[in-house]
Amino acid sequence: MNRARLETWLWLINRGSALLLVPLVAAHLAGMILAVRGGLSASEILERTRDNLLLAAFYGAFLLLAGLHGALGLRGFLAETLGWRSKSVDTAAAVLASLLVILGGRALWALYHAA
Amino acid sequence: MKSRESKPNGFLEVSIWRGAEEGAFQHFQVPRRESQTVLDVVTYIQRHLDPTLAYRFACRVGVCGSCAMKVNGIARWTCRTHVSAVATTGPLEIAPLDHLPRLRDLVCDMGPFFEKWKQARGAFVPGAVPETGFAAIDPDSPARRQVEAGIECIGCGICYSECDTVAWRPEYLGPAALNRAWTLQNDERDGAHRKRLQAVAGDAGCHACHNQLSCNERCPKKLSPAAAIAGLKRASAVAALKGRL
Repeated sequence: MNRARLETWLWLINRGSALLLVPLVAAHLAGMILAVRGGLSASEILERTRDNLLLAAFYGAFLLLAGLHGALGLRGFLAETLGWRSKSVDTAAAVLASLLVILGGRALWALYHAA
Repeated sequence: MKSRESKPNGFLEVSIWRGAEEGAFQHFQVPRRESQTVLDVVTYIQRHLDPTLAYRFACRVGVCGSCAMKVNGIARWTCRTHVSAVATTGPLEIAPLDHLPRLRDLVCDMGPFFEKWKQARGAFVPGAVPETGFAAIDPDSPARRQVEAGIECIGCGICYSECDTVAWRPEYLGPAALNRAWTLQNDERDGAHRKRLQAVAGDAGCHACHNQLSCNERCPKKLSPAAAIAGLKRASAVAALKGRL
């Protein structure tokens, strides 16, 4: 893939993920406020997340988009603030995105399979 | 011969950058006159106070773009900037443009600036000749209007000097080069659209722009390089989605 194509795709992913994250973040915040105001305990929340495919899909999408968006944003920050612009910064961003998705995925799995 | 200059009305305190990358501001007192431009002030110093002062100018009427300097911290075309508009009471500080190598006093090396125009493929490349022998361009077509919006760039380097992205990412092509590329992308006669899009969509190209709009704000010709850059982003995104980048 040439550099122009790569940069354009990364730009599209960064902007596209931001666009999709807006309603997801709003829904996440609304859900949290409702849960807290409703006085749900941790175990009551876990009861609701257990085996809930819809919630798992929602947070799965959230996790993937946040991982991509965050890593790409950090990539730009590193390039401009620290002058780290070699291909290794791409690798670092990919590692960060993977870490975010893997660690977040573990948490998601724990919520889905809550005992 | 009778002087056409108006009578002086007090004195201006002027600080001018002397030296190259290393240097210091030197102070001068210049007679304040009616309708005096910043270029008039620099010229007065060079002709009456210190003939070793180096600076650039040519047309004196805002056409050539060679007299751009930083005036009280903001890049401006000095031939069209009245002192009364930038220093009503206080002193005047004049320095060379930012983000370009300083050669001497107010003169910076414009080489890197125009080198980026080359990197952005800012030269017209003739495309296939139409059967009629010439391309009939509708002046009201959307593409021609895009060309119209950006073609009056005088290459003064003010947008480049004021661009934060250039400061953070020195290899960034900059607003002027990208504006030029966008006018050519909208030129129906040009035959290098795909190659030019590849040249401007890399990591130092249009996608590095943060839309801070300093270029629009400072452009003395009131152009909108930011709109041109947004156009390049859209065009490259569409090309990437279609697999043509």
